[in-house]
Amino acid sequence: MNLTLNIWRQKGKIGKFVKYQAKDVSEHMSFLEMLDVLNQELILKGEEPVHFDHDCREGICGTCGMVINGLPHGPLKGTTVCQLHMRHFKDGQEIWIEPWRSRGFPILKDLMTDKSALDRIIQSGGFITVRTGQAAKAEAIPVPKSDAELSMDAAECIGCGACVASCPNGSAMLFVAAKITHLGFLPQGQPERMQRAINMITKAEEEGFGFCSNYAECEAVCPKNISISTIARANRDFIRASFGYGAGKGGKAL
Amino acid sequence: MSWFVSYYRTTVGKKVVMAVTGILLFLFVLGHMAGNLQIFMGKDQLNAYAAALHSQSFAPILWTVRVVMGLSLILHVVASIQLTVHSWNSRPQKYAKIRYREADIAARTMILSGPIIAFFLIYHILQLTTGNIQPSGEFALQASGAPDAYTNVVAGFQVWWVSLGYIVAVILLGFHFYHGLWSWTQTLGWDHPKWNGLRRGLATFFCVAIVIGDIAIPLAVLAGWIK
Ligand code: FES
Repeated sequence: MNLTLNIWRQKGKIGKFVKYQAKDVSEHMSFLEMLDVLNQELILKGEEPVHFDHDCREGICGTCGMVINGLPHGPLKGTTVCQLHMRHFKDGQEIWIEPWRSRGFPILKDLMTDKSALDRIIQSGGFITVRTGQAAKAEAIPVPKSDAELSMDAAECIGCGACVASCPNGSAMLFVAAKITHLGFLPQGQPERMQRAINMITKAEEEGFGFCSNYAECEAVCPKNISISTIARANRDFIRASFGYGAGKGGKAL
Repeated sequence: MSWFVSYYRTTVGKKVVMAVTGILLFLFVLGHMAGNLQIFMGKDQLNAYAAALHSQSFAPILWTVRVVMGLSLILHVVASIQLTVHSWNSRPQKYAKIRYREADIAARTMILSGPIIAFFLIYHILQLTTGNIQPSGEFALQASGAPDAYTNVVAGFQVWWVSLGYIVAVILLGFHFYHGLWSWTQTLGWDHPKWNGLRRGLATFFCVAIVIGDIAIPLAVLAGWIK
């Protein structure tokens, strides 16, 4: 198949779309492989290849990500762009490819953004404190099956940033809420639970991300289908924490 | 107070303020509609209701409601402006192409429907509460000197553009509630698998009820059922 690509090229502060023709694209290629082929051509022609983030190409690391025709990670639901195959596009189609756009994700080059703000949010509270040493027995602290399930659903977050990219407010709330829910459902997450909600949410604001208007757009583009129920939980923890509830769990009036 | 200030500084704090004031404003709209539907029970009934609201003994309640509504409205508007500015700052550069899967038109136009409703509200109060604007001529008074609410409503709605403006405003209000009545449950963290489905249903039910109930009045006037 043949495709017309409009790719965002940026070096420094200002960028623009550049048109490329992708010829004889196999429908079995992944979207990133299609870009690899294009880059080979560009290199042979002596042009600068298109920069984009990628690592595992298995949909588990959360490094890749670009907005394809207005949808983060492209048209297929519940998939990262590295797992998106060209059979989901039509011959002759025109495709617009843009980077994540958010104050919190400065564009480094072309489609490559600096997503380290998400790491700093995790550092602010997305962890539990444990004594290191020998690994504890998994069954040492019983966890109800239903809680473990909900916790694991939230733990699926790979931190790709698609929620931020899709949100009309550029909010990172789904990312933050997934971590708050993941740890909040487990006994190990309790001691720091209240402080975690306050720290992570205020840190996300500091990093320049927006707030949640409950558009639910993040849920619809999340490659791991994380539910906005997690956001309600995060709000609940935040509200309780700021009312001073659970002082023993690190809660305090702001 | 300092606690409230630092809480309000956070976006979740502002969202909670918007949710709580939004609920209060919604409850007022609901009660206001229920009261005004008495117009279908005739002139005497509506005017008696209006007189009761303005009676001496009811005054403390009336003024409490007015003050609470006024404050709620101010907080709601101020928080919405601050949040909108925050949202614009979070995405300095827009997408060339944008598609939405979930974010519906009601949710995305909250910041448009809101101010239009606010302007309508000012007009609504000037027309029917204070009587400063009289599209139909005079602000009608009863023999006793009290405002003749019934006649003012009917005469006002007989002017086609008053009815039209009113209907448009109420539909926008319906859109606003369609998102708002669902959204506050998320903001306050009222999420539970048992009744998550119900949240959307109830929000839709109340927003349809308000649109139909409110629009019924100008339509009945225009159709000549109420005169
Ligand atoms: S490259 Fe790892 S998730 Fe796509």
